[in-house]
Amino acid sequence: MAEVDDSRKPMFAGLSDVSISADIPVEGEINVPVGTPSQDDEYSTLDEPVKDTILRDLTAVGKKFVHVMYPKKSSALLRDWDLWGPLLLCVTLALMLQGNSVDSKEEGGPQFAEVFVIIWFGSVIITLNSKLLGGTISFFQSLCVLGYCIMPLTVAMVVCRLVLLGGSGTVSFIIRLVVVTASFSWSTFASTAFLVDSQPPNRKALVVYPVFLFYFVIGWMVLTFSPSA
Amino acid sequence: MMASPDDLKFQEFEEATDLLSADPGATTLSMSGSSSTAQGASGEIKLDMSDNEEGREESSELLGGEKQTSGFWTFEYYQSFFDVDTMQVLDRVKGSVMPLPGRNFIKHTLRSSPDLYGPFWICVTLVFSVAISGNLSTFLSSMGDPHYHYRPQFHRVTIAAVVIFLYAWLVPLAVWGFLTWRQREERQQKGYSFLETVCVYGYSLFIYIPTSVLWILPFEWLQWLLIVVAMVISGSVLVLTFWPVVRDDTKLTAFSTVATILVLHALLAIGCKMYFFQTATFTVTKTVPIPTHSPNHTAVMGTKSY
Repeated sequence: MAEVDDSRKPMFAGLSDVSISADIPVEGEINVPVGTPSQDDEYSTLDEPVKDTILRDLTAVGKKFVHVMYPKKSSALLRDWDLWGPLLLCVTLALMLQGNSVDSKEEGGPQFAEVFVIIWFGSVIITLNSKLLGGTISFFQSLCVLGYCIMPLTVAMVVCRLVLLGGSGTVSFIIRLVVVTASFSWSTFASTAFLVDSQPPNRKALVVYPVFLFYFVIGWMVLTFSPSA
Repeated sequence: MMASPDDLKFQEFEEATDLLSADPGATTLSMSGSSSTAQGASGEIKLDMSDNEEGREESSELLGGEKQTSGFWTFEYYQSFFDVDTMQVLDRVKGSVMPLPGRNFIKHTLRSSPDLYGPFWICVTLVFSVAISGNLSTFLSSMGDPHYHYRPQFHRVTIAAVVIFLYAWLVPLAVWGFLTWRQREERQQKGYSFLETVCVYGYSLFIYIPTSVLWILPFEWLQWLLIVVAMVISGSVLVLTFWPVVRDDTKLTAFSTVATILVLHALLAIGCKMYFFQTATFTVTKTVPIPTHSPNHTAVMGTKSY
């Protein structure tokens, strides 16, 4: 990859140097379907107590959350994908964002279904886009990364709601703006760090832009959330 | 020269790609008969320089002229529509905002490799920029009003998405269908493919993105000025593209085709502005009762305002 970069100098070449190379072991066994006990002969989990099964998967999800908080380049994270984390984050965010049912449907915030659709269809479209452009990442790995990187925005949503409890004046708006901007940049940066290596070098910006747009829209939804009068 | 069967064509290209990788600057001639072969071949050399192996599996892309040799149910078929690099997309965007007379967007900038990346993501960006800017402008214009409570108006995104995607897909379909029908009737030169029409329409919408952001500023004269500027630029891209195909037809058909294209484009711009960017006067009349002379009218206005 270095030789091509020297001769062609693609734009945004610095994107590939974003994170430290470190192979960090991640919990989870790729042969075992997440959440259900496997009947695999090599690694039979049928006899273990339910608590162990649940704890193992919860630990896997928890470790991935930590990876998002401190994004380091890790191919292990991509290999052992799961969609529990994204589902949890999406449902939490959609529940917190949905408009109050007292308001008329016309003028309110996004409904639960709208947020859900935007997050999941947005992730699918971005994944398809990166695959069509020639990316080597698999479909579900990309969904996993995009879903987990919503976490900073979910944290920002919680913070915004707490700030709004204290009033909705200009000061609270500025605090919310700063928090949302910081978390949106963090989300984009974290997902770029995981995704950008699998893309062809001349097209990195073409893949990063939709991710930026996706988190920008979610950030906008978080920022403009207003409790009913 | 033209009579070589398809298998031979493939073999020749396998040798050619080896030679190309050894000496990237070499020019090649492809064996298809279209007039844009030389340009097409040079475009393909440029594409071949990237070291992406995945997208090059389907060597059908290297054949000049016909790109869709794999069935429409395969993934590679759709991958051929996304065969662009960052610089190419940026060049196409630049070509859409700076139309020069004589520079046909399709012939000059696309050069028989239309893509779907640009039109699709420009439409998505436009949907969100129109909805968000509209929301912001409504908020800014009602800031002095104590009765106004900020609402995100999220339903606007759905409406904007439906309108813009319908425009970006149905209008090119209609234009392409009409032009192909006329060309078949009149037996004229080769027209544009459907993909090229969609592509030129998609890229011509790009100028509306900064326009919609600038519409936030609440000055009526500025908003109309921006519409005129955007329409001139965007419309001239479309006119410069479609005029050469249409001018050989009867005068009436030619002019009415071009006029219809421009009118539809104008309707989109003005419609977006009117619906999404309601100005201060509109919202003020809704919430502040205007005192009138006759008492009857005042009573009516009283019941109307909240």
